[in-house]
Formats: sequence, C-alpha cells, structure tokens
Amino acid sequence: MTEQPVLEVTGLVKHYQTGSRLGGARSVVRAVDGVDLTIGRGEILGLVGESGSGKSTVGKCVSRLTTPTSGTVKLLGRDISTLTRGQMRPFRNDVHVVFQDPFSSLNPRMTVGQIVMEPLRQHGHGNRRERIGTAAEMLERTGLSHDIRSRYPHELSGGQRQRVALARALVLGPSLVVADEPVSALDVSVQASILNVILDLQADMGFSCLFITHDLSVVEFISDRIAVMYLGKIMETTTRGELFRDPQHPYTQSLLSAAPVADPAGVRNRDRIILSGDLPSPSEPVTGCPFHSRCPIAIEKCVTDVPPLAGITAPDHLTACHLVTAESGAPDISAPINSMGGTPSVHNAS
Amino acid sequence: MRVLDVSHLRVEFGTEDGRIFAVKDVSFTLGRGEILALVGESGCGKSTVAMSIPRLLGDSNVTIGGSVRLNGADLSSLNEKEMQAVRGKDISVVFQEPMTSLNPAYTIGNQIAEVIRQHQKLSRQAAKARAIELLELVGIPDAARRLGAFPHELSGGMRQRVMIAIAVACDPQVLIADEPTTALDVTIQAGILDIFRRLRDTLGTSIILITHDLGVVADIADRVAIMYAGRIVELCSAQDVFSLPSHPYTRGLLGALPARAVMQGGRRRLTDIPGFVPPPTTDPDECQFAPRCPRATAECIIRRPALELVAAEHEVACYHPGPGDTP
Repeated sequence: MTEQPVLEVTGLVKHYQTGSRLGGARSVVRAVDGVDLTIGRGEILGLVGESGSGKSTVGKCVSRLTTPTSGTVKLLGRDISTLTRGQMRPFRNDVHVVFQDPFSSLNPRMTVGQIVMEPLRQHGHGNRRERIGTAAEMLERTGLSHDIRSRYPHELSGGQRQRVALARALVLGPSLVVADEPVSALDVSVQASILNVILDLQADMGFSCLFITHDLSVVEFISDRIAVMYLGKIMETTTRGELFRDPQHPYTQSLLSAAPVADPAGVRNRDRIILSGDLPSPSEPVTGCPFHSRCPIAIEKCVTDVPPLAGITAPDHLTACHLVTAESGAPDISAPINSMGGTPSVHNAS
Repeated sequence: MRVLDVSHLRVEFGTEDGRIFAVKDVSFTLGRGEILALVGESGCGKSTVAMSIPRLLGDSNVTIGGSVRLNGADLSSLNEKEMQAVRGKDISVVFQEPMTSLNPAYTIGNQIAEVIRQHQKLSRQAAKARAIELLELVGIPDAARRLGAFPHELSGGMRQRVMIAIAVACDPQVLIADEPTTALDVTIQAGILDIFRRLRDTLGTSIILITHDLGVVADIADRVAIMYAGRIVELCSAQDVFSLPSHPYTRGLLGALPARAVMQGGRRRLTDIPGFVPPPTTDPDECQFAPRCPRATAECIIRRPALELVAAEHEVACYHPGPGDTP
C-alpha cells in the first residue's frame, strides 16, 4: 500500500433492536454483520445489493449518521466510529451524503442558494459574500443556471433537485461522498445526466465515492470497484471488469443472470437462473453462509461454516464462498449437485 | 388474430387548473399470445392508457375518446354492469404496488376465490381447488397451506404472484400489467417475468406490459410502443427498437442507458436529453419533442408528424427518422 486509503472499514457491525421496550417479543435485526471495505483516493466503489441487504446501513455508519455497534471506520486514517456528535463535527467537512429521494432531502423552507450555502455557514467558511460566491460557483458546476438560487425546492424537477443535493454535498470539497441510490428515483434520461455530472465532477474534484445502488447497469457504468452485499455481509468484491467477466460467488452469478439487459439478442439466448425463495429475514440468525438457503449448489459445509471473504483465485478478487477453489475457480451454479439449498429453475429463454 | 384494437384513444382530465391531456392520440393492436410493451418516462400517459382500456378511470372529470375493441366488440358501448363482466374475466390488470393492491382483511384464498365465483358458476370447494391450482401456476410453494395466509404474511414478490394469480383466475384474453416488477428486486423480478412468459406460452394470453425499463422489454416483449407526451412516437418489434431505433427520442432513451454505454466500450458519457417534458396542459399541432430534438427543423413545429411506416412493421412519428448519430 503506497497511499493511505480515504476510507477503511473493518469488521463493521450494526444491529438494531426491534419490538417494544415494554414487553412482547424483542429481536435483533442484523442489518450489517461484519463488513470490510476500503476506498482509495479518487476511487468510486459501487456497493450493490437487494433491498434489505444492509447497503444503506453501511452508508449511514460510514457517514456517521448512525453509530456502529462494533468495528472501525477510518476516514483518512482517523477512526471515527466511536466519536460523539461534537467530536464528529470537524470531520463532517470530509464526508457528505447524497440521498435517494430529492423530494424529501432538501429543506422546503430554504431557497436553493441557502441550501448550498448552509454547509459553508455551519463550518464557518468565509463571510456571507464569499459564501454566496462559492455556492453560486458550485451550482454552476452541477449544471444549474445562477438564477435558480432564489427558487425553492418545490419549484424544481427531480433532476434539478438532485443537482442541488449534489452541490450541497460537494461545496466543502469533501474527500468522500456517500451516494445512496442517487439516481433510483429518476427517469432514465434524467438519470443519465446526473451520472454524467457525478463523473465529470469526480474527475474534476477527485473525491472518493461510496456509490450505493441496487441497479447493476448503473454500478457497472460508474464504479471502479464493486462490492456485492447480501444479508449484511459482503459476498464478493473486485474490480468492475473482473466482476462482470468472472463472477465467482453463486449469488453474484444469479444476480447478473437475473438482471435484464437492454439487448434482446444477448438476453434471449442465454440460460437464466431463477433463484427460489426470498431473502431471509435479517432478524433470524443464520448459520453458515447467509446465502445457503437460496444457493442452488450449497453443500453441508455451507450450512455450518461461515465462509471467509478471501482472495482465492487472485489477491484483488475477494469471494466469500466455500465452493470457489484456486484450481477450478468459480462453481457452475446451473449444475446443482447434492444441493442443500433451494432448487432453481434454469430457463432457456430462446 | 387481433384480440384488442385500440384506436385514437384520447383521455382528458378536468382539474381545477384546467384540462390535462394525459393521452392525446394512441392507436395500437394486440395479437393473440403477443406481449406488447408500452414504454415511456413518468407522465407520458402509459399508465392512463392501461387504466382506460378496462375503463377503470371512473366517470367524474374524465373524457375518453376513441374506441377500444375486444375481439371486434366496442367496449365503450357497454354499460357499467356489462363492463363488470368483462373486467377480471376477459381483461384483467396487475398493478405496480403489490403492497396496497390486496385487501389486508381477507386471506389470499378468499380473494382469489372471489374473482372465480364472480365470473364462473363454481362451488366453494371447486373454487378453492382452482385457487390452489392458480397459486401453483404462479410458483407459490405449499399452495394449499398458503390459501389461509393474509397479505401481510407474504413478501413483496409473493404478493405480486398472488396478484397475478387473481388476474389470470378466469383465463383472461388480455392481461394488462402496469409496472409489475418495478417495486421488486432483480432476482424476484426474473421469476415474475418468467410467469408472464409461461402464461403466454401455455394459455395464449395476450399481455400489455407497461414499463419504463428497456431491459425488461428486451427480455420478454414481442413489440414495443415508445410513448412521449401522450402519443406513441415509435411502434416496432422488440428487436428493431434496439437495432434500428428511428425516432430521436427512442435513440435518446437508448443512449441514456448505462448498460449500453458499457457494452459499447467502457465508461463514456451518456446521452442526456436536454430540456424537459412539455406540460400536459396543451396539445399543439406540432411535434412535442421538437424543442429537445437535435434533428428538429421548421417543419416539425408547423404540423405534427403522423405515425408512418418506415420499414415492415415499424412505424415512426417523425419527419427525420432513421439511424445515424444525432448531430
């Protein structure tokens, strides 16, 4: 390692208590259950997973909108996982968040100019005149015209609001931006323009980004590296090209197989693996590999032993699966043998 | 064979702020066993088309023009009671939100049996047996036991399967699915799309699939209608829409897809369509895409281009259609 990573997460755990404190059944939701991540300078890490996989909770822990149950979160080398609100304050310069819903993440009673100036004011940057100038410049860089400053969020379209949210997140020049499904609520043409702006600004300002999404095509487009999450754990992490070229974990394989691709010739001639069952409830403890209940090729060991996330075939391609071996690489999930898990239906669409 | 024939459909809503032209002029046909995708961005009128075919829009403040023919019979001539007999039997609908479209107070077995007994003279026992059969058809394991389950006990994917079971209970000729997988995860979505494919193959059901996801279109549609501002701008086979997109809007939509950008050589800029969708409050005689269109000429704002054939079974509403990079 030549350079210190911007973000280094080790053994991150976040458990939520559910149920009433006044009696009745209480249970623990294991939203995040031991996650390790590193993001280098200027790198975009795509965190992909289905609903309930804990990807947003990772984002909240990293930006310290919530306190992790255990584990460390190192931002630029400093552990921020146990800081109090007051102690965290100076570090908020360095990590900012863009949320999914641009309709509820902007204060409806502030003008666009005030919204973008607010982080500068909170952190005591410059005088009022300077702040107005900085905010105007930031808005312009996100592709908004300067006359938008005096408008209120309700007057803007979804795409414009998301640009404002982006300007607010970037105005302090953070080292890390946590983007939690920033384009999921938008139409494709608007989504395209926001992705373009994110990439342009990233090239320009050099921030690192934790990009959380459920959309495989978006993650493939924007990420340098990708981490696949399932039930609170990372299943596989590697570079973008490698993940799509050689998906190793059975979950990654089925996810890629299930994702619709806008190319009829390619889609209709492939075998599609359809998983049986649903995501298990994160409040019920799972033994072994979290994916074993739906995995078409699970063996006995998968039910009892938790597979470690390790570089089995290459040091930068980490997979948490007992069936990936250094000799034969990824298992073939369309050929189930002695399955302990769900039986998938393999469907040839042609 | 044509099952459904929609011609010059027009839907206007009267609101306090004036008229809203949700659907301006939409015509298409649907063959037996065909899957037609209606594609467009928010506000283009695709859901309104879906709702107006089985006349689910109500009567107050709505004006519907044009005709909808089912096997040649005009549905607009039917009264509400006759329409009741058509809904759920000949034409049925699956909505986007599986969380809110089931009644929380009844078991799913009850809700499936209700549709069956509404349209067919079956005993309770026979209706129950049919309900089990339907749940098995849509891939719900342990169907007999699940009949007694309430909607809240099921996951989103399971509820959507129940909705489909209800929709196909009486072997409808036309199934309208309005964004049926949008609220679901991809691995669940793949299973649901597979059910549609099987319904088409085994029962010959014709399906209108409303979606904004061109990936879903590539996966299961036979034909595609691209909608913009209340009109169809391009109507062609699912193959053509990807290999020979002709309307500048269709080309823009495809250019905006991250997956295609990756396929065509790594991370490069996506095409964004400048400007905004026009407000639905006017219906001028011009191409409504012209202000955002890279190919627009004076002609485009003088008279609206009609949907015309540019190749076999490929219609486009544009004066400057065709491939080639937009300037």
